[in-house]
Amino acid sequence: MSALLTVEDLRVAFHTRTGTVDAVRGVSFELGRERLGIVGESGSGKSQTGRAIMGLTPPHAEVTARKLDFDGIDLTNISARARRDLRGDRIAMILQDPKYSLDPVMTIGRQIVESIQAHEKIGKSEASKRALAMLESVQIRDPARVYDLYPHEVSGGMGQRAMIAMMLIANPQLLIADEPTSALDVTVQLDVLRILDQLVTERGMGLIFISHDLRLVSSFCDRVIVMYAGRIVEQLKASELNQAQHPYTRGLLDCMPRLGAADRHPLPTLDRKPEWAL
Amino acid sequence: MTNALELDRVEVVYDDFHALKGVSLAVQPGEAFGLVGESGSGKSTILRAIAGLAPVASGTINIDGQSLSKRRDKAFYRSVQMVFQDPYGSLHPRQTVDRLLQEPLAIHGIDDQERRIVRALEEVGLGTGFRFRYPHQLSGGQRQRVAIARALIVEPSILLLDEPTSALDASVQAEVLNLLETVRKARKLTFLLVSHDLAVVAHMCDRLMVMQHGEEVEQLLSTELSARKARQPYTQKLIEASTGFRR
Ligand SMILES: Nc1ncnc2c1ncn2[C@@H]1O[C@H](COP(=O)(O)OP(=O)(O)O)[C@@H](O)[C@H]1O
Ligand SMILES: Nc1ncnc2c1ncn2[C@@H]1O[C@H](COP(=O)(O)OP(=O)(O)O)[C@@H](O)[C@H]1O
Ligand SMILES: [Mg+2]
Ligand SMILES: [Mg+2]
Repeated sequence: MSALLTVEDLRVAFHTRTGTVDAVRGVSFELGRERLGIVGESGSGKSQTGRAIMGLTPPHAEVTARKLDFDGIDLTNISARARRDLRGDRIAMILQDPKYSLDPVMTIGRQIVESIQAHEKIGKSEASKRALAMLESVQIRDPARVYDLYPHEVSGGMGQRAMIAMMLIANPQLLIADEPTSALDVTVQLDVLRILDQLVTERGMGLIFISHDLRLVSSFCDRVIVMYAGRIVEQLKASELNQAQHPYTRGLLDCMPRLGAADRHPLPTLDRKPEWAL
Repeated sequence: MTNALELDRVEVVYDDFHALKGVSLAVQPGEAFGLVGESGSGKSTILRAIAGLAPVASGTINIDGQSLSKRRDKAFYRSVQMVFQDPYGSLHPRQTVDRLLQEPLAIHGIDDQERRIVRALEEVGLGTGFRFRYPHQLSGGQRQRVAIARALIVEPSILLLDEPTSALDASVQAEVLNLLETVRKARKLTFLLVSHDLAVVAHMCDRLMVMQHGEEVEQLLSTELSARKARQPYTQKLIEASTGFRR
């Protein structure tokens, strides 16, 4: 299988008044038409990795990579314009809080219609029919009502589904989902994952699923990358998580309370070793 | 034995919204009781009702067998303390840790401040090196330790804990949960702990109540939860969902 995305030695550095922050320090991986999880604690560089692939790194940061290849396109060497075109079309990202990604002063239906019309020449009423179908396809029960609501009028789960509906229009080949379900209730979380799962299995999309929840990721993804201090410390098959080798991965697994597991009082804690960050 | 905390058919109504529709529960001294349920189910409202921060329309709330008056008195705020999810929001950004810890002592007219502050910082594992720092100079876990120290410094008997570790990384969560267990044992505290994480509640609590739409779904023992022996389908669904994604 040829890779959809190849990342080699990706680095992101922030130059600040107090010095340089190396947020991502030489990350390499390949992605096929599969579900790849990126996990790690806050600050480990997950979001900055996703943003660098998207071309959404803040302007004052410096991105370098030996290779950043999306479906034969060298992302390190294309114009900002070409990058933007890819973003609206073949590569998409969804963020934890849909409130930041949806336009607050436009109804959800109108936002979807506009993005359909940005993608193809199509009449208003046809576009609006399609928008309703999109909302239905992300399991929004009353699409006609939600169509007329503003983002602040819907729940977190609903907003996240509306975001996914918008993204479906572009029908991207690569989706980077950055903690897309962390703010949602467990049951709603699983609904959203089911939609993402369908996109991978039915449309052959490649998915990068960023999360701090190692256990959720391993139940959902095919493979998992574990990041610590800007680096990948371990890559493994999700089904083989229990055989994780790195003490950081093992520590993360151990320290979570588990329903039904033998009682552990006190919970094991993570004994961080300086060499993990080398 | 008199219950440390008792709610009898408590209703909370915001304008025209019925946030609690008659909730009853009883927690024994030294017991840890959990509240779980989806967001909006009324978990925080229960804590706010106890703390006198929610409009209680009917029902009674007792602490140590004493019915609470509408306006909570000083003694109440000494015996019942609250810790929130987001310590950043509950710690004044321009006050040092020292000031933050002094304030409750001053309010309750407690002397011997110097010794108590040093002891409180030690108890939560921070040490005096943190005493003159500001909240923004602390990590999330350290801020939560300060919030716990501030709650403990007035020597309460009941802690109301609202998602105290939900904003923390798993490894920091483990440290804070261990700390909470240690202080509960050492001080024989009663806990009312809200969490959306069933495993956290099962780990920390003796019993729990599952809530939905401002009402009790069921009360059960943590051992029953761990053994997946819930009576209500809704609880079963939550247990199922908490085990992760199934293809
Ligand atoms: N605008 C910024 N300026 C300086 N450092 C930043 C900035 N944004 C992120 N960082 C740093 O990059 C590191 C990785 O951040 P991020 O990728 O957001 O972590 P994660 O998503 O794993 O929580 C962090 O240590 C953070 O301090
Ligand atoms: N000040 C308020 N005014 C109106 N409604 C409120 C207020 N506070 C909470 N609510 C509503 O009460 C319900 C229960 O809220 P809450 O107890 O915070 O839920 P939980 O903690 O279980 O997520 C929610 O629907 C919420 O919107
Ligand atoms: Mg992030
Ligand atoms: Mg709450």
